[in-house]
Amino acid sequence: MWNYSEKLKDHFYNPRNVGIIENPDGVGEVGSLACGDALKLMIKLDEKGMISDAKFQTFGCGSAIASASALTEMIIGKTLEEAEKITNRDIADYLDGMPQEKMHCSVMGREALEAAIANYRKVDVGKKEEGEIVCQCFGITDTEIIRAVRENGLTTVEQVKNYTKAGGGCETCHPKIEALIALAQGEQKQEVPREVPAPKKRLSNIQKMKLVEETLEREIRPALKADGGDIDLIDMDGNRVFVALRGMCSSCPSSGFTLEKYVEGKLRELVSEDIVVVEVKS
Amino acid sequence: MKEVYADNNATTRVAPEVKEAMLPFFEDLYGNPSSMHHFGAQVEKHLIYAREQVASLLNADPEEIVFTSCGTESDNAAIHGTLASYPEKRHIVTTKVEHNAVLHYCRHLQKNGYKVTELAVDRLGRLNLDELQNSLSDDTAIVSIMYANNETGVVFPIEQIGQIVKDRGIVFHTDAVQAGGKIPLNLSTLPVDFLSLSGHKLHAPKGVGVLYIRKGTRFSPLLIGGHQEHGRRAGTENVPYIVGIGKACELAQSYMEEERIRIGNLRDRLEIELLKSIPKARVNGDQGNRLPNTLNISFESVEGESILLLLSKEGIGASSGSACTSGSLEPSHVLRAMGVPFNAIHGSVRFSLSRYNTEGDISYIIEKLPSIIGRLREMSPFWSALS
Repeated sequence: MWNYSEKLKDHFYNPRNVGIIENPDGVGEVGSLACGDALKLMIKLDEKGMISDAKFQTFGCGSAIASASALTEMIIGKTLEEAEKITNRDIADYLDGMPQEKMHCSVMGREALEAAIANYRKVDVGKKEEGEIVCQCFGITDTEIIRAVRENGLTTVEQVKNYTKAGGGCETCHPKIEALIALAQGEQKQEVPREVPAPKKRLSNIQKMKLVEETLEREIRPALKADGGDIDLIDMDGNRVFVALRGMCSSCPSSGFTLEKYVEGKLRELVSEDIVVVEVKS
Repeated sequence: MKEVYADNNATTRVAPEVKEAMLPFFEDLYGNPSSMHHFGAQVEKHLIYAREQVASLLNADPEEIVFTSCGTESDNAAIHGTLASYPEKRHIVTTKVEHNAVLHYCRHLQKNGYKVTELAVDRLGRLNLDELQNSLSDDTAIVSIMYANNETGVVFPIEQIGQIVKDRGIVFHTDAVQAGGKIPLNLSTLPVDFLSLSGHKLHAPKGVGVLYIRKGTRFSPLLIGGHQEHGRRAGTENVPYIVGIGKACELAQSYMEEERIRIGNLRDRLEIELLKSIPKARVNGDQGNRLPNTLNISFESVEGESILLLLSKEGIGASSGSACTSGSLEPSHVLRAMGVPFNAIHGSVRFSLSRYNTEGDISYIIEKLPSIIGRLREMSPFWSALS
């Protein structure tokens, strides 16, 4: 059982500002279903550029909900310039600290805030574009890792995992993370050793998975539902996307046709050219 | 506040009778059973009796019972002991849904040059026995397949599996940590060479386990440095705990028939009522082939840790396969192997009952859970996208 502070528990049991703002001025969405946590932050500004309202929806553990709740309390009444200065550590401190293993929840809060502000300013920051993906499993870039190390004074791979999730899956990126820690701590100007120069445009597994999820949700599911069917994303392995058809779709004799021509086509168009859809039978 | 403990696959409370049986061994009966004096001798007879109690639950010979420190040690010892006895064989067969005591040990061996086959399961958590058959070769040293799954309660057809493995003359180990004391295990007919049990899963304390080793099975011990357990496990016997697991096995045997039905009915009622009162819920695992005490149920679009914390606030203890509760960042390997969608894995909750659970407990969970799920769904972006 996590050792949560009383204040964190209070924000989890009684979260502030849960909900939706109609016509928000800025929206930030981070995380994904596959990762196990996600946060959607909506902000409203008054005529003086002050954040007059903030609301959130979240899918996540106790500390994710508490971090989002705390964040909204912290930013309401602040100007964007003031809000921008909030770090993940500020969120954690506001909650009287949180377990090391859960610090990535505070980072998710800060990322959602940045995304909402960027959305308001109509800047497409595309944060993943800024750096190079280091952790393929969770899609974390070197920029994000260095930032977390600097802002929080991290010294070990384990800490980086707690704060960013990087290195929490297959662990093959651990040497790279170590090099990044050394770089950030020494504030050296030299380049991080990059054994394999990763192509910029390539999507990490988790980015791809997130895109697939979104595409299924927005483009494909509504169409299937109109015919009394549904679709579930089961898993992904490289470019192969495993899905199961539900309801009318699962018994429809033309479902093979539906899958190939429709789902795969959409995913290839909107996610990646090389996607192969595999139907999993119940 | 009412308290309901429904996490008995994680651990169980020590039965009062077990505690009573153990107490004298913290007081007057402190001798070392190996000693050549009456202090030792009066303790040794209790060790013998405990071995008989365990053997009786398994319908085995007392000589086939080895006491260990926990289920993990039993699992490791069975695999290690076999590999050391057949150094020329370099292949191990197991499943993707094993407990980590087997799975991670096998992956550790894989890094050290062994070949490991992890058998897949279907959507209901069932094995394909043809795949098992095809995986076996002359190089296979041991097959290790669990009796019942800790997360879903799915029971594997161990008799059939054992037959397939034994027909090929290969050593067969089954991790029966979850099955032991819950369903009948008859080792006089079951084609199994090694079987693991854990004390704290059947109302004995933590820190004691059992490894059944069929007579005539080649074995090489993990712990070396003493003659104890007929040279199969060195180290002075943990007498109080061994007495405890002996008593716990005796109780499990006497309660089994009656409790299996009663607990099964409680579980079924919980399942039916939750499915009825909570939309977008699904049961994980083969409903026709489960331990009577286990219910693994998923609630779409909500996250497991949040559910558990809100349940705990109401006094209810359960567990989840979500990433946040696994101690790592990955969600349950069992539910993933079964192809449960992410939306349902993260919102999975396992209720596991014991003979101490009552109808009142079930009513209480049924009363509290729907509003907890509803509350979390109200704040979930995925739920509002669905509805």
